[in-house]
Amino acid sequence: MSEVKKIATRESYGNALAELGKEHDNLVVLDADLAGATKTATFKKAFPDRFYDCGIAESNLMGVAAGLSTTGLVPFASTFAMFAAGRAFEQVRNSIGYPHLNVKIGATHAGISVGEDGATHQCNEDIALMRTIPGMTIINPSDDVEAKAAVKAAYEMEGPVYLRFGRLAVPVINDGEDYKFEIGKGVTLREGKDVAIIATGLCVNSALEAAKLLEADGVDARVINIHTIKPIDEELIIKAAKEVGKIVTVEEHSIIGGLGGAVCEVLSENAPVPVKRIGVNDVFGESGPAVKLLEKYGLDGKGVYESVKAFLN
Amino acid sequence: MNKLELQKMANEIRKGIIDSVHAAKAGHPGGSLSATEVFTYLYFEEMNIDPKDPKNPDRDRFVLSKGHTAPGLYSTLAHRGYFPVEDLLTLRQIGSHLQGHPCIAHTPGIDMSSGSLGQGISVAVGMALGAKHQKKDFRVYTLLGDGEIQEGQVWEAAMFAAAKNLDNLVVIVDNNGLQIDGNIAEVNSPYPIDKKFEAFNFHVINVEDGNDFDQLDAAFKEARTADKPVAIVMKTVKGKNISFMENQAGWHGKAPNDEEYAIAMEDLKKVEEALCQK
Repeated sequence: MSEVKKIATRESYGNALAELGKEHDNLVVLDADLAGATKTATFKKAFPDRFYDCGIAESNLMGVAAGLSTTGLVPFASTFAMFAAGRAFEQVRNSIGYPHLNVKIGATHAGISVGEDGATHQCNEDIALMRTIPGMTIINPSDDVEAKAAVKAAYEMEGPVYLRFGRLAVPVINDGEDYKFEIGKGVTLREGKDVAIIATGLCVNSALEAAKLLEADGVDARVINIHTIKPIDEELIIKAAKEVGKIVTVEEHSIIGGLGGAVCEVLSENAPVPVKRIGVNDVFGESGPAVKLLEKYGLDGKGVYESVKAFLN
Repeated sequence: MNKLELQKMANEIRKGIIDSVHAAKAGHPGGSLSATEVFTYLYFEEMNIDPKDPKNPDRDRFVLSKGHTAPGLYSTLAHRGYFPVEDLLTLRQIGSHLQGHPCIAHTPGIDMSSGSLGQGISVAVGMALGAKHQKKDFRVYTLLGDGEIQEGQVWEAAMFAAAKNLDNLVVIVDNNGLQIDGNIAEVNSPYPIDKKFEAFNFHVINVEDGNDFDQLDAAFKEARTADKPVAIVMKTVKGKNISFMENQAGWHGKAPNDEEYAIAMEDLKKVEEALCQK
């Protein structure tokens, strides 16, 4: 079997910032003592004069980013998802969301694939939290290619954006020549008529693997990548529900309030069909190697396959 | 403006505060009245601003970190010419640009949405950093309540401002001594305020009477000479110049009824008459 190229989207984030920094003088990066982990250190190395470390003070980090943005700079404020969306939720809401400032939040170490650090650092709630803020764009890229495209698109749009990245190296799946990234537009990666698996982030790869296993069982699964959780691609989701009739959502996030919640909200009002939400089932995570945790929580290809089979039966 | 003109203007601004809060039947008069002189001084004397060009990228900035005292800021902005004084009577009404707490999107002259205590100072720090980063020479002012500094974020922001040597930042603490639940020393004492900011490596200026323009003038002139961020800790009187509101925690966030309104306006008329005899 040929070697699959793997890279963590946090690496992509750091690389994309360093790339974009070359073109745009007004791009500045802030971190909260995690530059080595969030990979903003890559930008810091290239542009030390445009990097500000706020230290371990995430509430202030968000406020400083807000203030910088009002002076015409485009700040990327970076820390772990737990602290960006959790600790600093109210700062993001009131100092960035309410005034609709041009701040980009780069949140890394999302989900249980944080691994060994365990539940305190495994944020499975950030999408739910950020979704409730009016005007917040939320992007959860599935691989290196998409993550880099998302960072660029976030810079280019006006307004607050929450970018969600992972710690674990994940396969590159969007390396086709015709790949195009557009905020708010889902991508159908595989056509199918028996069930539609709508996935986001690293679970898009799990969904593709599950579709292959399902194919062997004679199940024709459609796979849709929803990289933008908000604004969500309602049209693509409704179309899938109408054409396929059975929907499965997959995410490395709580089944409450994330992609599954968002898809159900769209479908219950527009095209009610049975939906199975696969994600973290309203529990806290735990320590362990990331890959093993994904297996344990049923978020790897095999786990998704089994849940889909159970749903279809 | 000379001192007498500033005093007269402050009295007009106080009338606007009472008018707007009375009309709204809600709002925060106490801390608006304690800070009236500093609002007046900033917008009529200190800051490089132009009401006709409120978004000028090189203007000085003001962040009302204690956002609940929006009536004080609104009345100041109106009298400075950012919008008609009559608008003050629409405070807190549906469709009004004068929200209960300042909103950058709604009101001309508001540099930042604020009101959730502890957050405004961080934004002001970000603005000051933005000036330094772009080698611009605008200055940034932010006003905090003395109760507000109980918020931990204030000290995150202070630590960062000093670490980045933001000598274009002036943090003003309105030390009127009262918060909603009572005396700040009894609720959860933030004293000594000056020593705390000194320990955070600020240039600290104590103002014995923050309702006195001479003392404010001296403080803000000294602030311009500092080579690090400045904290002006000014003692003030909550509810200043309204007989029944002075030093009463109960007037933190309450509107006068019609009878009280009449007394308040009479109080301010007397101040005006006294000023006119000067």
